[in-house]
Amino acid sequence: MEEAGKILVELCFGTTCFVMGASKLQEIESIIPPQYRKRVEVKAHTCLDLCKNATYMKAPFVKVDGEIISEATVEKVLKAIESKVNG
Amino acid sequence: MDNSNTTHLKREVLVRLIRAFLNQEMKDLYKLPFEMRPKNAEVPYRCCIYKERAILRQRAIAGLGFGVENDDEITSLNEYVQKAMHRDKPDEEILTVVETACKGCVPSRVYVTELCQGCVARPCVSTCKFGAIQIKDGKSVIDGEKCKNCGMCMSVCPYSAIVRLKVPCEDACPVGAIAKNEKGHAEIDFDKCISCGACVGACPFAAVHEKSQVIDILKQIKSGKKVVAMVAPAVVGQLPVSVNKIAQALVDCGFSEVFEVAQGADITARTEAEDYRERMEKGDEFMTTSCCAAYNELVDKHIPELKPFRSETRTPMHYTAELVKKKYPDAVTVFIGPCVAKRKEAQKDEYTDFVMNFEEMGALFVAFNIEVANCKDYEFANEASKEGRFFAVTGGVAESVKVALKDFPEFYPTCVNGLNPKSVRDLKNWAKKGQCPEGNLVEIMACEGGCVAGSACLNNKRITTKKITEYANSSKCINDLPEGESEKVSK
Ligand code: FES
Repeated sequence: MEEAGKILVELCFGTTCFVMGASKLQEIESIIPPQYRKRVEVKAHTCLDLCKNATYMKAPFVKVDGEIISEATVEKVLKAIESKVNG
Repeated sequence: MDNSNTTHLKREVLVRLIRAFLNQEMKDLYKLPFEMRPKNAEVPYRCCIYKERAILRQRAIAGLGFGVENDDEITSLNEYVQKAMHRDKPDEEILTVVETACKGCVPSRVYVTELCQGCVARPCVSTCKFGAIQIKDGKSVIDGEKCKNCGMCMSVCPYSAIVRLKVPCEDACPVGAIAKNEKGHAEIDFDKCISCGACVGACPFAAVHEKSQVIDILKQIKSGKKVVAMVAPAVVGQLPVSVNKIAQALVDCGFSEVFEVAQGADITARTEAEDYRERMEKGDEFMTTSCCAAYNELVDKHIPELKPFRSETRTPMHYTAELVKKKYPDAVTVFIGPCVAKRKEAQKDEYTDFVMNFEEMGALFVAFNIEVANCKDYEFANEASKEGRFFAVTGGVAESVKVALKDFPEFYPTCVNGLNPKSVRDLKNWAKKGQCPEGNLVEIMACEGGCVAGSACLNNKRITTKKITEYANSSKCINDLPEGESEKVSK
């Protein structure tokens, strides 16, 4: 269960996402700026089922509070967290 | 080089190629650049959509296993497909520079940045032995004609205002085998190239490609032959699942069986230990290991005087392939690893037929829609040792020799952890003097950190090193495993 009031960051480490670049997201927890860290909960998943058929080229996928980030990079995810924190 | 954008592009091209093969849509491959950059699509990286498509076309040519150097730009992708589908063996040279992707970086040189404060001391001017620095408008300026790129001015500038502009591929190459040609694009001198893959990893435009053999391998599988995958010890941790699941995923892609190359590594360790003992007993000063294919090419092409000091032992890939062929004489063997140089080694190896890198393996799983975490745990027919499984990490080979030796009083191991101009100079010196001051068993790894740092890895070396260590630690000691089948191969 996600903790109330926390921003949920769901990383997909399914095969497609991992091959297409999610390996770079593995250490994201340690890069989240300290002022946001307490407000964020990070979860790792296997396939989030977003990569089937032609959409694999948009992998890796990350969800930030349910919002899907495609071709996710560390920068994109941090930006999404920041905009959630700042409402 | 950690670059998500270029990694993504390269792998997407591979997935599309493999999917086209599997879906029997190779005749539509000419569409690939247009499908990846359709009309009115965003142009994320280059000047225009046409340039991006031209680069994607050339990446596909490399993915089909051809060199881009001889591409006349008229030959269609479909004609390349025809050639790939009908060739018997892959190209001899294993790397190619995708010329359209090569930025043609500014030539490597020493450059004064705007941080120059025009100080009164002017140590750059007085330090330069070649009189190449003058003061203009109160700031230092380098005369390109006189500058010898020695970098002395950089080291004395109190503001760190002088930098060296690098060409990443040239800078990464330990043997000066890649350089800009008269057109300003990188070109590989294959007489010098040791296939270490440093340029592949260093280019921020991903312009240096391996010529893929993936179509050749898929053709073998499709023809119904027994195709055996031999996974390098570095495979552990490439995906966030167990090695047994990765092996099962390979079977699900059509490989008939999977061998751990760690099994061959056990034979290498035992043979190398014997070789070392004999050499030391007859009074040799030192011996180097011989399992790194790029190092072997370095010795053959650049430091032949080191040959007498290099172990005669064959590599884990060779021994594993020999085990496979002894067991299944008709099998087709495919080495799967992180390394460019293994492609070269395989061409000379009597038992290894093809090479697939980890990126291609990953693309294969994506193309097959395999979620590796959901695969069963494959059971390897043979067990490999802790030491064999640790070969992929710097220090692992030397450690395996130490353990296999059991007891040798004067064993002094040392590691050359990564080939670079300095370590190449050291090796030349040791060969010339016939002595190595660092130790008497010299392990050599072309990649810093070991095979886990190979240019085609899917995961970062810190994590894979940890996973490999865990896996190795759960395995038996080499001396507690029977030599068994390994005795039957030619040492
Ligand atoms: S692997 Fe990430 S959505 Fe399928």
